[in-house]
Amino acid sequence: MKLVIPFLTTRPPGGPEAAVAQQKAGQAILVEGLNKSYGDWPVLWNLNLSVGWGEFVVLLGANGTGKTTLLRVLSTQARPESGMVNVAGYDCIRQADSVRRRVGVVGHSGFLYEDLTCRENLLFYGQLFRVEPIRPRVEAVLSLVGLTRRADHRVKTLSHGMQKRVAIARAILHQPRVLLLDEPEGGLDQESVAMLRSLLREWTQSGRTVVMTTHNVELGLAWADRVAVLSDGGLQFQNREEYRDSAKLQLSRASSPDQAASGGTALTAGSPGE
Amino acid sequence: MNSILQPVAIIFWKDILLELRSKDIIVSAAVFGFLVVVVFNFALNVTPRLVTQLAPGILWVAFAFAGTLVMNRSFVREKEQGGLEGLLLTPVSRDAIFLGKALASFWFMLIVEAALLPVFAALLGFAAFSRILLLTIVLATLGFATVGTLFSAIAVQTRSREIMLPVLFFPIILPVIIGAVEASSQAIGGGASGGISRWLPLIGVFDALFLVICPWVFSFVVEE
Repeated sequence: MKLVIPFLTTRPPGGPEAAVAQQKAGQAILVEGLNKSYGDWPVLWNLNLSVGWGEFVVLLGANGTGKTTLLRVLSTQARPESGMVNVAGYDCIRQADSVRRRVGVVGHSGFLYEDLTCRENLLFYGQLFRVEPIRPRVEAVLSLVGLTRRADHRVKTLSHGMQKRVAIARAILHQPRVLLLDEPEGGLDQESVAMLRSLLREWTQSGRTVVMTTHNVELGLAWADRVAVLSDGGLQFQNREEYRDSAKLQLSRASSPDQAASGGTALTAGSPGE
Repeated sequence: MNSILQPVAIIFWKDILLELRSKDIIVSAAVFGFLVVVVFNFALNVTPRLVTQLAPGILWVAFAFAGTLVMNRSFVREKEQGGLEGLLLTPVSRDAIFLGKALASFWFMLIVEAALLPVFAALLGFAAFSRILLLTIVLATLGFATVGTLFSAIAVQTRSREIMLPVLFFPIILPVIIGAVEASSQAIGGGASGGISRWLPLIGVFDALFLVICPWVFSFVVEE
């Protein structure tokens, strides 16, 4: 049983207006005065962020600081209460479809159908994204994530790490200009993490942008061009050196007798300077 | 036009493929509908004289309850596997997502009804393949699937989704079910065509209304 519907024709996404908008857009991501809350609980407030083309930004922060929420807003999954959010030159609220066409997302959930095979999942999403030609592209991404031999296995029969790889393949299938990854290294073995790193490096080298969240500070610092630390609803640092200096400062403070007595010894991703 | 038809067909075909693999929607709904028909058959002594009065009601009780099972699963499967979020991340319009899901539910219901109808006709002793009866079933099922898909998308976001769906959904679909029972009664009993010509257009009007309103409401339902 094949998922491709043969009688339907496909056409590539975008158009002349998209190219114009793209040229106008100097930044891959531009966020100004973003506010987002869940009920009475403000998660992000007055957040500003700009990410250039070809840049690799890692978002760090303690649990509940809004990393995932920020990615959800950037990917149009969540609506901001106020502020301007612009991705790939398009407004995330008024031009959500154009943003979705240019964004790839790896979330906590793989967005995969467990009863479909890896190949069927990719063909399904590829058709919805109007990837053309679809079959060679699906084979290419399967090969890229090292799953060619498991392509016809149902997703539910794969290990967690392999499912994550299929999710990565799904996210890059339509060659998005901006890739948003929410803790993508979780559940991956060393080989897969290395594959992911080289894939993301190639991605940014080709002028595309990557924004990734992680709790692994060392990995974040090693992979990123720039580290942004979320804390108290906003970005505390947007610069790796600044963050490192602050982290060192906190470590030195934490090792002092006064600080040790108060129990403040941990270097946490979310609040290095606190 | 192709921009909406293509994703509708892709989503519809994906649901068909998933159901062919898992078989959890059609089998459970058909077994449940069959049990309803058998229980009613033994509980009520349906003589040939009473068939016209009782059969339409029993038929639509079985179809409606079996249909509710179909609707319950429609978005639960998407939610469980993260597929709904994946769909919402594609540049496909919300209308197309809704219509693809509704078309799949419509098709699943028709399959269940096609399996139940001959059994039902044999047990109660009436002609299953009357054109008017089949037209009534198709029209009412279309309305049922359209509204059911919308309320399935609403109910799946609540904790007690299995209870919430029929509670929310039956008051809205009641005019279609009443129309279907009346039209089926005319078709089974071979009554005056005037009755059928009154009820079938009514179901058609409700279908048209639901097909316009439900996709529009759906886009708000799935928005965070």
